[in-house]
Amino acid sequence: MVPKDLRYTKEHEWVRVEGDMATVGITEFASEQLGDIVFVELPEIGRTVTQFAAVGVIESVKAVSDLFAPLTGEVVESNSELSTAPELLNSDPFGKGWMLRMRVDDAAQVGALLDAAAYEALTSEA
Amino acid sequence: MAQSHDVPMATPLSDRHAALGARMVEFAGWLMPLQYTGILEEHRAVRARAGLFDLSHMGEFFVEGPDAAEGLGRAVTSNPGSLKVGRAQYSMLCFPEGGILDDVIVYRLGVERFMVVANASNSGAVSDALAARLAGLRVVLDDRSLATALVAIQGPRAAAILAPLTDVALEELRFYSIAEGQVAGVPAIVARTGYTGEDGFEIVVDVSAAATIWDALMAAGKDEGVVPVGLGARDTLRLEAGMPLYGNELGRDTSPFEAGLGRVVAFAKEGDFVGRAALAKAEADGPHKKLVGLAIRGRGIARHGYEVFSGDRRVGAITSGTLSPTLGEAIAMAYVTPSEAEPGTIVAVGIRDQRVPAEVVALPFYRRPV
Repeated sequence: MVPKDLRYTKEHEWVRVEGDMATVGITEFASEQLGDIVFVELPEIGRTVTQFAAVGVIESVKAVSDLFAPLTGEVVESNSELSTAPELLNSDPFGKGWMLRMRVDDAAQVGALLDAAAYEALTSEA
Repeated sequence: MAQSHDVPMATPLSDRHAALGARMVEFAGWLMPLQYTGILEEHRAVRARAGLFDLSHMGEFFVEGPDAAEGLGRAVTSNPGSLKVGRAQYSMLCFPEGGILDDVIVYRLGVERFMVVANASNSGAVSDALAARLAGLRVVLDDRSLATALVAIQGPRAAAILAPLTDVALEELRFYSIAEGQVAGVPAIVARTGYTGEDGFEIVVDVSAAATIWDALMAAGKDEGVVPVGLGARDTLRLEAGMPLYGNELGRDTSPFEAGLGRVVAFAKEGDFVGRAALAKAEADGPHKKLVGLAIRGRGIARHGYEVFSGDRRVGAITSGTLSPTLGEAIAMAYVTPSEAEPGTIVAVGIRDQRVPAEVVALPFYRRPV
């Protein structure tokens, strides 16, 4: 189940772009692959992040993985609920499990992201 | 031997795992279930009710003959000859230099008959070492690792689930005991041992009977809430219980004394055993490092390989770490220099670019309620 209105990275982040703002999370595919998520480390508010650079950490019981920024810009908000309820990434990855909101520097970067069809094709190969 | 195969081997229960939707991983040459529904759920089921484990990858060795007790006494660090029939002991095979080749459980099935259960990752090495160390004695070594299946049922409801299926008197089978009988109508060896910190049983049967006992235990445990449990939860369960894992806490570069397991070295037993001289020296010299438990006091999870610091000084490394599902906090085991090993000592763990405070605590992290 991949929402059609979102863009995706090959590293399994989703991003919802609304004007110059973007909301970022990880996909259901990613959360299923990771298993039970128990710890999240998110970038500080005000930090500038670069497209496709590691900006945070997601840990499941078994493994540590990076969160990559899908776009370049400034972090304006992070989901503070995740520090006490990281399991939201498993139960509602596209909704309550959102990770951060950012102000996008260059809307043209969206062109480097996958649309839903391309992302679905990527995960069906895996 | 598992190690010689390029393609991972399937256990006799692989079709059961597939039907249950398990996520499979390669481990020690075997294709094993990592998880079924999720590590946390499986972990909590074992603590609260019961879990069923396919451990058919482990090595089972039968040692039989007039010299069995004496021969095993030469091969391992403990004293199998001191065991009463029907009892078991945790033990180790060491290298001549004193490092650990494997940690095993030795079960005495008869006066002249023993079973040794070894880690899957070491079963080839244990097979070779036992063959070499028992050579020339009046014993038969039978490596039945591929001919046997091992199924464990662990948790507070394990005895209630197993009892109706077996003629073994479970109320008389104490912890670290073993008996031969039947389970679900097939010949089985039932041991009250495990790797979870809970009460439970490990059941050895012929591979052809694996599915029979698995299905019977799943059915008998349905009302008790038994769930199948994969290697993921097996690891978090053993870590909470403070039990070492070969390759993490134990290895060729580690002595039993450093691992806090000097009790498995029976210097008092008669005769030589492999590693005796080196182990005597290691004990006299004192450990260079000590295995400790760490409770992480800041944010983050310490993982295998992360460094441990006291001030700016590196004093050790994490061997295993996770978020404890039972305690809800990050826990770890680590080797540290002996000066930092006292419970209450505050150290720091390097977690990415942070130094996160951690407190040395006594093991285990979890002890089952009596």
